Amino acid sequence: MSEHFVPAKTYILVFVSLLFLTGLTTGVAYIDLGVFNTVVALVIAVAKMMLVVLFFMHMKYSSGMTRVVVIAGLFWLAIMISLTLADELTRWWTPTAGAWGTSMLLPFLVLLS
Amino acid sequence: MAETAVPSPLHETHPEHAHQFEDKEQQREAGTLGMWTFLITEIMFFGGMFCAYVIYRSLHPHAFELGSHLLEVKFGATNTAVLICSSLTMAMAIHSAQVGKSKGTIIAFLVITMLLGLTFIGVKLYFEWYHDYLEHIVPGFGFMNRGEWGADAPQVQMFMVFYFFMTGLHALHMVIGIGILTVLTIMAARDRFSSRYFAPLDISGLYWHFVDIIWIYLFPLLYLIGGRYTTGGH
Repeated sequence: MSEHFVPAKTYILVFVSLLFLTGLTTGVAYIDLGVFNTVVALVIAVAKMMLVVLFFMHMKYSSGMTRVVVIAGLFWLAIMISLTLADELTRWWTPTAGAWGTSMLLPFLVLLS
Repeated sequence: MAETAVPSPLHETHPEHAHQFEDKEQQREAGTLGMWTFLITEIMFFGGMFCAYVIYRSLHPHAFELGSHLLEVKFGATNTAVLICSSLTMAMAIHSAQVGKSKGTIIAFLVITMLLGLTFIGVKLYFEWYHDYLEHIVPGFGFMNRGEWGADAPQVQMFMVFYFFMTGLHALHMVIGIGILTVLTIMAARDRFSSRYFAPLDISGLYWHFVDIIWIYLFPLLYLIGGRYTTGGH
């Protein structure tokens, strides 16, 4: 079981990279990049997660089955968030199926607003 | 490691692997897989909150920026660094057991990890939550709207609800993690770990690193969201 063990040097390198990325994400937050502030923050967060998962959590040395299980978990999270957003962000596309009478008024309400 | 199948004097009191497994490698994989399955339920648990956060932030982006400005980046960043250090010491504790270092080394790394975890919680409790309470920005505990928020005030309060629930749930995981580390330290002191047997360290390490990953996302999503430059933050 010890044939997979990660050298201490690798841990130190990962640690330094994580600290560097923390500094980077904090610094970038003070620069106005418009919507890309969020994009950069998330890209850095994903990069940090990958470093932790691959090295500290030994995923780089894990079996295929463990990897599939982890990827399936993240995939399910993606389903949860994307399908919820697909609902939430598109509700205004169509009139709400509310009470029979009020929905008829909706086009007028939109014009008035 | 095929050679571990050789019967050893340890075998009676300290079997290399439980009888239902073919070998040690299979046992280790089963343990890792089981822990990851648990961690996936945790991902979905936290995921529900992240999902709600994404929706509210997409609906009220400006209020979330105002809310984010209530948090102190320096404490968030410090705690991120503290957690990363604790992940390193946790990884080193497992590494020490794997390469057969003395139990003193394992215990030292575990204790440092625990102290870093306590530092994280201390900073959170005193410098952040307690001061938030004094500043009346804890929803449900004397929350007071501020004039500069205008019509966004209810959504700023909503941001603070997300902040306290997400960081609170994370802190609860840290407390549980420190409990697990205490048990590991006692086990290490009782000579339970060696280069042949360190599964509890390995499995608990996965949990500790997972809690670190949650914070890796919480830090930018709560402390660093858009507009730090417009007011200069804190």
